[in-house]
Formats: sequence, structure tokens, C-alpha cells
Amino acid sequence: MWKWIQAFASPQNFYTISAKIIPWMLAVFALLALVGLYWGLIVAPADYQQGDSVRIMFVHVPAAWMSLFIYVLIAVASAIGLIWQIKLAFIVAKVSAPIGAAFTFLALITGSIWGKPMWGTWWVWDARLTSELILLFLYWAYMSLNNAFDNPKTASKASAILAIVGIVNIPIIYYSVEWWNSLHQGSSIGVNKISMQIDMFVALMLISFAFKFLYAALMLMRARNEVLEREQNSGWVKALIKDN
Amino acid sequence: MTKRQNRMLLVAMLIGGGILVVVLLLQALGSNTNYFYSPTEVAEGKAPIGRSFRLGGLVTVGSFKREDLKATFDVTDYKNKFTIQYTGILPDLFKEGQGVITTGSLVGGTFIATEVLAKHDENYMSPEVADALKKGKSNK
Repeated sequence: MWKWIQAFASPQNFYTISAKIIPWMLAVFALLALVGLYWGLIVAPADYQQGDSVRIMFVHVPAAWMSLFIYVLIAVASAIGLIWQIKLAFIVAKVSAPIGAAFTFLALITGSIWGKPMWGTWWVWDARLTSELILLFLYWAYMSLNNAFDNPKTASKASAILAIVGIVNIPIIYYSVEWWNSLHQGSSIGVNKISMQIDMFVALMLISFAFKFLYAALMLMRARNEVLEREQNSGWVKALIKDN
Repeated sequence: MTKRQNRMLLVAMLIGGGILVVVLLLQALGSNTNYFYSPTEVAEGKAPIGRSFRLGGLVTVGSFKREDLKATFDVTDYKNKFTIQYTGILPDLFKEGQGVITTGSLVGGTFIATEVLAKHDENYMSPEVADALKKGKSNK
């Protein structure tokens, strides 16, 4: 079984299999995003307090979830890479970082645009906002460290350690609104509660899944490039270039 | 130990060390990580009176008065309350019964605010549902 996993994770197999998956991922993303936007902008009602401004939530919350999800994925991939020395895991971690940073940025910007009319401020230094900003800096630090070494092996290892240490920020972001008084409100969606109307929840989930597929497609596309670059001297890449 | 187990240990120690650092840091920061003080905390003397700090709570129903840009209202946590004075534009969500966070300082029992921010909760619903909920409550 172990041998089988390693064979599957070999760069060459990954390159051929991912090519077939990506178009499907993009198609599912487009479908979910379209239905999600329709649900969010037309089907879902305006909020009793916030009016139509509440619709920023349908981008803001899924983007914030993605920022946490991708970071956890990077840390787990880094740990797998370190422990079992799987090259592909390091590649997945590396190429995911800019996508995660983009989602973090999107969450911060949409939050700011939402905060100004509702709270009365673009930015405050409360626990939730500050810890999410630290997450953006963590992504940037990870990306810089990964690019700071000439040897990809050293770069992968050094940045993997950073990613693993940085994981402590994730529960802080998630629980910040419960542990401390903050301007940001608590979570609307937990293990056994949904404190929003069902149509709002449906829109939120649709966009949220759309983002997951968008991430998967972008990650695979970037990973394919990275694989080609790292394996440029191997036989199968040379054969590939010859064929084209 | 095999090399792989060694590396597992390294990863575990990295996570453990990270958690330790953060726990100690948060311990040291203490209540400084709270964005605002509640009226009860202020009454108990936990807030830095004399300096500028943030006071958060609900706007007492029936307490809001305004003259031009000068607004006066009470902020409560149902145990203690303070009267706030503020001159300026209030956020859209500001109303009686709503959560607010005000920045300013206590001057002779009155809180002179330089900034008023509105807080909203995690409940999202349409006006119709909110009305229905209200009616349901008042019928009880």
C-alpha cells in the first residue's frame, strides 16, 4: 500500500492525472459560483438590521474560511513532506501559499468594506482582525522564505518548519471572538447551530464550495508548473518536450 | 528510533513549542487583548480610568437624546451603566438596544467619547422573520 501511494505521488503520474482533473474542477467551480451568486444576490433576503450590505458576507466568510483551510493544508502537507519526504507534498504546500494569501487578502478587504458602513470603521485592532492580518503576514513570510534559497530542498524544509509553527495562529483566529471581547461578532455557523436564515446559509455554502474547487484547480495548475520546473532534467520531462 | 520517527518528533516539538510560546504570550498580555471593557469591569476599577479606553455594551432603550451633532445615551450590561456623550456622526447600525463600542475617557462619571462603533450579533435574518420573532416573544 505504501509503495502504491508513493508511486501515485510520483511527479510523472501526478502530471498526467492532474491534467484530466483540472477542467472538471473549473467546470464545477463555475457552476457553483453562478448558482451561489444567484442565491446570494437574488434569492437570499436582505438582513433586518444591515439591509443589502449583508450580502458582502457571501464573499467575505467563504474567503476567510479558505484562508484558514489553505493554511492548515500547507502545514499538513509540510509535515507530510518533512516526515515521509514526499516531494509532491512540498510542492503542494509551496504552490498553495499565494492562493491562500489571496483569499486572506480578499477576506480582509471585503471585511473592511463591510465594516465601514456597519460598524463605522474600516479597521480596528481587535483580536479577530489582528490575528487574520497576522495570517496574511505568515503567508508572506512563508512565500519569501520558500524563495530565499537556491536549493529547493533546503527551501522546502525551512519553510515547512515555519508553516508548522505558524499553525498555532489558526485556533487563535477561530476562537478570537469567543476568548476576547471583540468588535467582530461571534460565529454564525458552528457544529450544532446556524443562526441565519436558510437561504443565506445555502448561498454561503454554495460560494464556499465554489471556492474550494477554484482553489483545487488553481493549486493543481500551479503544481504542474512546479513539477515540470523541478523535474526538467528527468527523462520523462525531456520526452514530453520532444513530443510537443 | 528510526529517522522517520525522529522527524515526527521534530514536527511534534515544533507544534508544542509554538503553542507554548503563544500561551505564555497571551498570559503576559492578559486583559490587554480584550478590545473593550464592559460597564461592570469599569465599575470594578479594571479599566484604566484617567486614560483613554474603550467601553462596550448595549444602548439603554429610551436613553438616547441628541441635539444637532451632540448625542447622549446610556450604555449598559444590565448590571452597571454609564452615560456617554459624543459629538459626531453615528454609524448606520446605531440605535437603542444595539451593541456599541465607544472610545473615550471618564470625566466625573460621564464617559466622553471620541468614537462610537456599532456592533452587530451573529444572527442574520430578513425583516419579516425578525418581526415574526418579535411578535412571538411579546405574545408569551
